[in-house]
Amino acid sequence: MINEILFMDGYGIYVWSAFIFTCLSFTSLYTITKIQYTREKKKFIAKFGTLESEKAAFAKSQTINKEILSNLSGI
Amino acid sequence: MFKYFQPNKIFSVTSRAPKYVFILFIIVLSIGLVESLILSPEDYKQSHSVRIMYVHVPAAWITLGIFSSMTFLSIIGYIFKIRNFFLISKSLAPSGLVFNIIALVTGSIWGKPTWGTWWAWDARITSMLILGLFYIMYLIVWRIYEDDEKAFRMSSIITILGIINVPIIKYSVDWWNTLHQSSSINILAKSSIHSSMLLPLVIMTAAFALFSLLIFLMKYNTELIKIKNKGLDRL
Repeated sequence: MINEILFMDGYGIYVWSAFIFTCLSFTSLYTITKIQYTREKKKFIAKFGTLESEKAAFAKSQTINKEILSNLSGI
Repeated sequence: MFKYFQPNKIFSVTSRAPKYVFILFIIVLSIGLVESLILSPEDYKQSHSVRIMYVHVPAAWITLGIFSSMTFLSIIGYIFKIRNFFLISKSLAPSGLVFNIIALVTGSIWGKPTWGTWWAWDARITSMLILGLFYIMYLIVWRIYEDDEKAFRMSSIITILGIINVPIIKYSVDWWNTLHQSSSINILAKSSIHSSMLLPLVIMTAAFALFSLLIFLMKYNTELIKIKNKGLDRL
C-alpha cells in the first residue's frame, strides 16, 4: 500500500514533485506575506509609541488604529 | 453602496478573518490531499500521472479568476475613483502570480510522462506564460511608481491589456491544434470527467481558493497598515 502510494507505477517522481513544488510555493508565499505583515505592524507600533500624548490620543480615537493595536497576535 | 468598501469599516473583519480562513484551509487541503493522492482512481490512459491534475488545474483556474477580478476592480476603481479597489487588486496579485507559476511548473512536470517533453511552445502554455509576465509587470508598476495616481493608471492599463489574453488562454485549445488536451469540464454542458475524479478536483480547488483568500487578507491588512503608518507621520 505504502509502496504503491510512493512509487505509483513509476509515476511517483512526477506526481510527488508536482505536489511538493505546490506545497513549497504555498509555504514561501505565506512566510513572505507574514513577514511583511509583521514588519509593518511593528513599524506602526513603534511610531505610535513615539507620538506625543495629545497626538497619540487623537490617533487612538480612530477605529482602524485601535483595531491594529488591539489585534497584535493576528495570524 | 461603495461606502461599505471603506477600509476603516472592513478592517475589523479583515484583521480577524485570516485565522479562521487558515483553519478552514488546512481542513479542506487535508481532505483534498487524501482524495487526490490516495482515494481517487488512476486514469486508464495516463495512469497515476493524472493526479498532477489536482494541483495543476485548480492553480490554472484560480490564476485566471484572480486576473479577471483584478481587471474588473481596476476598471471600476479607475472610473469611480475608488482607491480601495486598487488596494484589493494589488493584494490579489501575489497569490495570482504564484498560482500562475504553479500551473506552469506542474504542467511542465505533467508534460514529461504524457507528451515526452518538459516544455512545448504550444498555444495554451505560451499564453499562460504571457499571463505570468503581465502579473510581473503589474507588481513591478506598484514598486516603481511613488505617485499613487500614476500607479493606478499604469496598473489599470496592464490589467486591461492582460485581460485580452484570458479568452485566448481559455479557447487556445479549441482555436489551435495544440498538445494540450481540450477542456474536460464544462459548466454549461455535460462534463467528460468521472465524478470520482471531479470530487478531488473540486475539493482541491476549494482549498486553493481558501489559500488565495488567506494571502489576500494578510496582504490587504499589510497595505492598510502601511497607509496608516504614513498617516501617523503626518500627525
